[in-house]
Amino acid sequence: MNKTRLDDLSGGSQATSGDNFLQQGVMAALAGRLARFSGIGKIALLCVFLMLPLMIQSNYAMRVIIYICLYIVLAMGLNVVMGFTGLLNIGHAAFYATGAYTTAILMKQFGMSFWLTVPAGMTLGVVLGVAIGLPTLRLRDDYLAMVTLGFGQIVYIVANNWMGLTRGPRGIADIPSPFLGWGDWAIPIDSYTAFYYLIFSFVLFTIFACIRVRDSRVGLAWTAIREDEDVAAVMGVNLVLYKTMSFAFSAALGALAGSFFAVFQHFVSPNSFTILESVIIITIPIIGGLGSIPGTIVGAVIMIGLPEIFRAASEYRMVVVGAFMVLMMIFKPEGLFGKKQFQQMYKA
Amino acid sequence: MFWQQFTNWISLGAMYAMLAIGYTMVYGIIKLINFAHGEIFMCGAFFTWWFMSVFHIPLPVAALLGIMMATGLGIAVERIAYRPLRNAPRFAVVISVLGVSIFLQNMARIIWGAEFQVFEVDFGIPPLILGTVIIPFKKIFIFGTSVICMASLAVFVKKTYLGKAMRATAADWEAAEMMGINVNMVIVLTFAIGSAMAAVAGILFAVNYNSIDPYMGFNAGMKAFAAAVLGGIGNIYGAMLGGLFLGVVEGVGSAYISSMYRDAFAFGLLILALIFRPKGLLGEGKTGE
Repeated sequence: MNKTRLDDLSGGSQATSGDNFLQQGVMAALAGRLARFSGIGKIALLCVFLMLPLMIQSNYAMRVIIYICLYIVLAMGLNVVMGFTGLLNIGHAAFYATGAYTTAILMKQFGMSFWLTVPAGMTLGVVLGVAIGLPTLRLRDDYLAMVTLGFGQIVYIVANNWMGLTRGPRGIADIPSPFLGWGDWAIPIDSYTAFYYLIFSFVLFTIFACIRVRDSRVGLAWTAIREDEDVAAVMGVNLVLYKTMSFAFSAALGALAGSFFAVFQHFVSPNSFTILESVIIITIPIIGGLGSIPGTIVGAVIMIGLPEIFRAASEYRMVVVGAFMVLMMIFKPEGLFGKKQFQQMYKA
Repeated sequence: MFWQQFTNWISLGAMYAMLAIGYTMVYGIIKLINFAHGEIFMCGAFFTWWFMSVFHIPLPVAALLGIMMATGLGIAVERIAYRPLRNAPRFAVVISVLGVSIFLQNMARIIWGAEFQVFEVDFGIPPLILGTVIIPFKKIFIFGTSVICMASLAVFVKKTYLGKAMRATAADWEAAEMMGINVNMVIVLTFAIGSAMAAVAGILFAVNYNSIDPYMGFNAGMKAFAAAVLGGIGNIYGAMLGGLFLGVVEGVGSAYISSMYRDAFAFGLLILALIFRPKGLLGEGKTGE
């Protein structure tokens, strides 16, 4: 990567300041441009997305777009743990399932409003995130990956077997649609257009939350942990606290996506939360570039949108993705839009 | 009744032990988990089934061919996903191997279909009857094969020159290289032996359950990993002990607690082991640091 390795011993940051653009690659620079888009540009883009249901008539296309949005929320949540904090989590579907089942059970059994089940699901997700985060924080990358994989599988097994709560493999059907407003002015959210606006607002909320957290003290602490745990600890970053926070934040976003999934499908069953689901979610930020928000969005479009376009070849999607992951890690470990991390630049 | 079930648990445990050895050996040398190990286990069983059902080759020959192909696959995994990333951050290697695992699993699904395939083997040997306990021959075959494989591996690692080189590389990579050991060769050898053991375990698994499917590698791989951690990762005898222990725990759990949560016991045990005794039963070093 860098030929002047000896110079790095004294001042690593100076070596890169000059050729930043070339070092980070064209795609990353493009992503940077996108992020610094002028205010008017952002508003115009927002208007385009808001008018999308008016322009697209096909229900099928709307459904695909809604799914892309859903996976953006999921992948953003995972991106917090993987991209910002540098911890592997291959069990994100567990949090997704938590949100979906919480909403399904509370709405179906207790007749609660959707808007109350969302924070309830997110809270439960946070509890679960802390429960898995705390005991595994001392583990290194590969161990963490295995444990989260096992954890995701446990949640799936519980959802499949706890007949009293989840009705097992039969799933929970006929989940009612959410309403916006009260009494006589209640608008049911039951059309594709309405669901699109709902998930779009979730996406905006997620992007906003991620950017704000990333730029806060917490986000800086996460970045420090990602770059070098030991140095971060020496600098006074409380590793246990911040890693747990990262897991909790990620879990809350996963549960948010789950709540939407439950009302959108009107049906939840354990089959939606298998390991394959976690694997699909994990590939999105990896393709887009770990830690990059525009990258995650593009990743979701590639992973969810492209297989719909190339319907005939969709069987090969996971094969291509698997091969792509290997090649990406060898040739471009920072992903399509990601910035090179400190580790990647200075270690060998 | 208990002893009848006990024979089941032990033969299952022996299979986990075989698979766990692969994890532990690879970990011992390159300090990384081989995520594709479960997939090699699955491919070993599928190659054998393929030779048997398509070419009508008898089991011993088909098994030998299947093991050879799985070994080749294991070496290819090392070549493609590990070697180019040897100096990369661990995070990147984990993702790359995960990619290999996804690739192999879905390739198997496309080639051989997602359904269960029947893997019927008839030994034609009557079961062994010890008092009230009836032990089918296939259980004895599974246990016997595992013991023979593990014993010969133990002898190989302990007594031969190559085994010594492997132990030296595991202890200190750089020092071993300075002593003239071809570390690359040792790593390839480790992957080859681990993959061969995984393929044997896969075939035994197929003999035991009479059916195979492209997703069988995931659960078995996870459980074997749990066994390896339980025994103390990096320690071959620990993996054997951990595998047997896991087989018994899973059996006892599903027999006396709940058979529905059968798979959850192994994963739960893995998480508990990592929290309370991360170095495992026979482990000397620290895990996950």
